[in-house]
Amino acid sequence: MAENSIDIKGLTKKYGEHIAVNKLNLTIEKGEIFGLLGPNGAGKSTTILMILGLTEVDSGSVKVCGIDSSRYPLEVKRKVGYLPEDVGFYNDYTGLQNLIYVARLNNIPEEEAKKTALEILAEVGLKDVKDSKVASYSRGMRQRLGLADVLIKNPEVIILDEPTLGLDPEGVKKFLQLIVRLSRKKGITVLFSSHHLHQIQQVCDRVGIFVKGKMLAEGKISSLAQQLFSKNAFTLEGGISTVAQDVKPSLSLKELVHKIKAIPEVEHVELKERKFMVESHRDVSAELSRLVVQSGYGLNFLSKKEYGLDDIYYQYFQEDKNT
Amino acid sequence: MKNKVLRVGISKLNELKLREWTSNLHSLVFRDDDAGTSKGNFPWAPFKAMVQKEISDHFRNWRFIILFVIISLACMATLFSTMADGMKAIAADSSGNSFFFLNLFTKSNGTLPPFFGFVGFLGPLFGISLGFDAISSEQQRGTLSRVMAQPVPRDSILNAKFLAGIVVISVMFFTLSFLVLGSGLIALGIPPTAEEFMRIMVYTVLSIVYVSFWLNLSILFSVRFKQSATSALLGIAVWLFCTIFYPLIANMIIKAYEPSKFASPKAIYFYEKLKFYLGQIMPNELFDGITSAILVPSIRSLGPLSMEQLQGAIPSSLPLGQSIMLVWPQFTGLLSLTLLCFLLSYIVFMKREIRSRG
Repeated sequence: MAENSIDIKGLTKKYGEHIAVNKLNLTIEKGEIFGLLGPNGAGKSTTILMILGLTEVDSGSVKVCGIDSSRYPLEVKRKVGYLPEDVGFYNDYTGLQNLIYVARLNNIPEEEAKKTALEILAEVGLKDVKDSKVASYSRGMRQRLGLADVLIKNPEVIILDEPTLGLDPEGVKKFLQLIVRLSRKKGITVLFSSHHLHQIQQVCDRVGIFVKGKMLAEGKISSLAQQLFSKNAFTLEGGISTVAQDVKPSLSLKELVHKIKAIPEVEHVELKERKFMVESHRDVSAELSRLVVQSGYGLNFLSKKEYGLDDIYYQYFQEDKNT
Repeated sequence: MKNKVLRVGISKLNELKLREWTSNLHSLVFRDDDAGTSKGNFPWAPFKAMVQKEISDHFRNWRFIILFVIISLACMATLFSTMADGMKAIAADSSGNSFFFLNLFTKSNGTLPPFFGFVGFLGPLFGISLGFDAISSEQQRGTLSRVMAQPVPRDSILNAKFLAGIVVISVMFFTLSFLVLGSGLIALGIPPTAEEFMRIMVYTVLSIVYVSFWLNLSILFSVRFKQSATSALLGIAVWLFCTIFYPLIANMIIKAYEPSKFASPKAIYFYEKLKFYLGQIMPNELFDGITSAILVPSIRSLGPLSMEQLQGAIPSSLPLGQSIMLVWPQFTGLLSLTLLCFLLSYIVFMKREIRSRG
């Protein structure tokens, strides 16, 4: 697994004065699903174009499967399937014909191309419409045809640029499941760019957050949270109630808050209408629950708050705005 | 004699080593794109697939079908009018030349322009219509980036478009020429001589070169401009400029230099030269020169001739080889204009960044 599918070092791209991609370093391992997350205009597509050798690199290097893509783009394109943002097809050809054409561009002989195309169409669920013209396809069907188009060359790496754009929620779900299934089945490395947090969260092993040409953070979603919320990595939420009418709690609510604050490494406590929120450096749930119960209160629930990509995303954008 | 000239021509072409030259140019313009693969074993199968697709796209396209029908109807109409009452004119005009068949291409009864006039006039339009959306439509449909993501060299796209265009043009022009030949054969009842046949073939090949110039020009526009409409309009504008406005401007310049009756021979010579060279800049003038020299064998010079040069000349027609010699400069000029357009589209396209749409 030590082999890297994509290896980017110090990649920079400028458009005039504007720096689109700024000294990007990124490695993606073989078989991994990597999500490139960033707002529009962050330089995601530019990075992808440079990975494919479709645009010139100003400085730095890109290696895909060990091949320098600015020097040997053809070799790279043989191994990489790329689904562009808002992909287009030849509308007056059928889905099958479109696929066969691409297969032939990949130097696959016609007979074999037809066979593989049919298999892949079945796999992405377009078997029934293979002989109708692409003009009649819905957005979701086109996107699936795009995926078939990428898979027909039997790639080692696939790069999907905003593949879920314009799909309905059901379509997105199916499409993402399809990607994961196919990638796991064939051991394909996937680079997936999107500005949709939830989609990335659902499918990606690792995420890179990309803003204004810079990789702000990368890693597993959980470790991203730690990187980001290193000050107060744990947040506990709980609800308290008085157990019964006749049992008087030994402490008032105010005193309880005070006591909670006294627990080592607790930073911040908030109490609002019998719900409290505790931020701390370490997991204090055990001490906290004991304290609450001993004080004569009932603990209705206590939950650790998981940081989702949402929080991470907004936190980064805030930081970005502040600087 | 003819063979010798042809051989010289062919060897001249070989000297140019176009293939090597373009491949050098290619590596010069576009880094070492396919250094590992193309040297020696260029993948022909993908290229063939692309050319096939382009050709079938052209033939299925309504634009092509309509233009083809218009051009063939126009040509047939001139042919029939020539044969209906122009026969007398042809017969009357046979003073000294025995090229009956060529008259079918060049003579008319005055109501309609002759065949070669139609080809010269509508050919450019045909070339423009085949090429004006070659690249820009692919870009607009979002298919360009999909094709570019496949392991084909970037120039293959341009080459395939160009080659497909040439194939389509050739098919069409040979069809038209053979149609005219065939119906002439039926109507006149005499077969063309070998010389006439060769002249018609040479004429057809040269008109293919001429139309491919316009094809290349419009491909250049389609590479440069994102909107197909812009490139189409620009192509037509250039065509109108060449056929209508440029002659007007050239006439004005020539008028200004017109020497008096008593001017020195030197001044007259200068004037004639100016008139000649002003005409030679435009591709359509070059082509006019070519057609008239090839189809009218009695033409012995396209430029001004001095009395000295005319002295001792026998008023007879030239053999084909000599006619080809006569148009060789014009032919080279046309070819170089074509290559220039091709080169420019290469340079623009190779450096371009291909985004998904627009």
